[in-house]
Amino acid sequence: MNDAGLTVHVDGIGWCTPGLADWNAARHMLREGVVPALVGQAKGAPAMLPPNERRRAPDVVLMACDVAGQACAMSGHEASDLPCVFASMHGDSAITENLCVTLATNPLELSPTRFHNSVLNAPAGYWTVATHCHAASNAVSAAGASFAAGLFEAAVEANADAVPTLFAAYDIAVHGMLGELMRLDTSWGIAMVLSPQRGPHTLATLRLRHVEVADASALPTTGTPFASALPMFATLARGDGGEVRIASGRATALSIEVLA
Amino acid sequence: MPSRIPPLAITAHTATSALGRGCLAHARALRERRSGLRANDFSATPLACAIGRVDGLEQATLPNELAAWDCRNNRLAWLGLGADGFLDAARAAIARHGAARVALLVGTSTASIGATEQAYRERVDGRIPPALAHPHLHTPHSLGLFLETVLGTRGPCLTIATACSSSAKIFAQGERLIRLGIVDAAILAGVDTLCGSVLFGFNALELVSPEACRPFDAARRGISIGEAAGFALLEREGEGVPRLLGHGESSDAHHMSTPHPQGLGARLALADALARAGIGAHDVDYVNLHGTATLKNDEVEATLLADTFPPGTRASSTKGWTGHTLGAAGILEAVLTLLAIEHDLVPGTLNTTTPDALCGPQLALANERRAIRIALSNSFGFGGNNCTLAFGCAA
Repeated sequence: MNDAGLTVHVDGIGWCTPGLADWNAARHMLREGVVPALVGQAKGAPAMLPPNERRRAPDVVLMACDVAGQACAMSGHEASDLPCVFASMHGDSAITENLCVTLATNPLELSPTRFHNSVLNAPAGYWTVATHCHAASNAVSAAGASFAAGLFEAAVEANADAVPTLFAAYDIAVHGMLGELMRLDTSWGIAMVLSPQRGPHTLATLRLRHVEVADASALPTTGTPFASALPMFATLARGDGGEVRIASGRATALSIEVLA
Repeated sequence: MPSRIPPLAITAHTATSALGRGCLAHARALRERRSGLRANDFSATPLACAIGRVDGLEQATLPNELAAWDCRNNRLAWLGLGADGFLDAARAAIARHGAARVALLVGTSTASIGATEQAYRERVDGRIPPALAHPHLHTPHSLGLFLETVLGTRGPCLTIATACSSSAKIFAQGERLIRLGIVDAAILAGVDTLCGSVLFGFNALELVSPEACRPFDAARRGISIGEAAGFALLEREGEGVPRLLGHGESSDAHHMSTPHPQGLGARLALADALARAGIGAHDVDYVNLHGTATLKNDEVEATLLADTFPPGTRASSTKGWTGHTLGAAGILEAVLTLLAIEHDLVPGTLNTTTPDALCGPQLALANERRAIRIALSNSFGFGGNNCTLAFGCAA
């Protein structure tokens, strides 16, 4: 039994959402009680990718690597040492759209590069190549609960092996048929380095518990993974501690206690 | 190196693939060396290759209350879940431990993307046709949402999608959740189905063999793609059932679709799995290899096998039977490895006649009868994503 939950220390935060290029910018806004833009474009510009890769890599890879790189730089940990958990609700919807259009017209013209970039772990693949990271890399998805599921999984990995773990969550805005159905209208990315031990770079401490709730859809933070992440970061920005609950399944929630 | 972990009981397991539905069908096909591969009769646009197709999915139906989830992948999940009494075993575990103490961990590479492909094929005035306009069919987590609805678990539920290592890594994930005391049981599910993306995607990468795949053969020509559903139930205790002894995960940090030339990531995953199991390579009786029959994978894996294990260790690829079932391969081959343990059977390497010169004496071409106490299963995916699992016979 583990009702005490999992404790992790936040050693670094990366941020890229419409109009906000890093955690410092987001923190100022959240501290004032202003809600960041929930709809719009943002494009990652990860420093660790060589220029030719940066030109060729899909937007979702750029976004994931940008925020992951920011979080690592702030944390003082070497990216090459960190197991990583990459979480996304939709994966690379732009590629999904392109593959489906090609398959509906001329399947034999499918692009080999687009195909190998279509896997959900493409950002994890690019990231581990760019940072020479041989540690475990995970790519997870849980629909609207993708942020909660990824955060919990990263905390589990950090505690199970007693190693700092990188967590990145992101999605990209896409137009087209799939974009319309799935309402893919926001590009966003957030990353954290979660350490099992408090260290010189620790910004805050989180205690995470998986809890049952009567109806997860009634939680105020249900919706997109980005919207679900905001209350926790608002608490972190204010530095005053508190508990937030975000949906993690049909009748489950992730309880996040921010310990001031 | 990680430290040794307490073994877990695998209290139920099952698989459905081109070999049939359930463990008995798989054990029989292995024993009789009967391949499930056939000439490609799946894609509307012809593509000369062999596929591992599950019969009857076109006629399969979901119960009325689950009709909104209908697609090939969920049909295969439903068919597989009912085999070997797995659904009953899962429900009994939920009743025993409480729904909140049971995790549902899902591994898939393409989930129900076949339904998304269909939506584009059948689009009406540039829109998704109403019958397919359900967001839950077009998300990477569709299988997880479907199974959570079927089973009613209330523990952590998420999808791991790391290409062809996906449903191997859910064993590692489940073990961690149980070891940390977050849950008392984990239902593991891996399902991937044939779809245009994978057939024409691997074809574009020039990795699809025009004939049935021949893993580790000197004249191998690439993979045969298959589909499968596999399920396993992990708990702390269980009498007379096989064990999960260890797991190892790593990243190649080399290339998106080509393995590290010296198999660095695969070696790290193996070392981790052995360390967690508290064993050495000399303790391993059988290795179920990733063995896709691509030039590169088999070259790297053959070298690793030859220079890591003693000559007495037996090893084979079972992809000549099932094809490469991609995101489901990890759990399908975990189940085949458990069958090897339970039936004292080293499956050979079907379709292979002349092994690559890099292969050592460990590679079994013919079936062999032999007691297997400890066995490994390798799964490697795009993005250089590797996982090795270690299993043991009933304690």
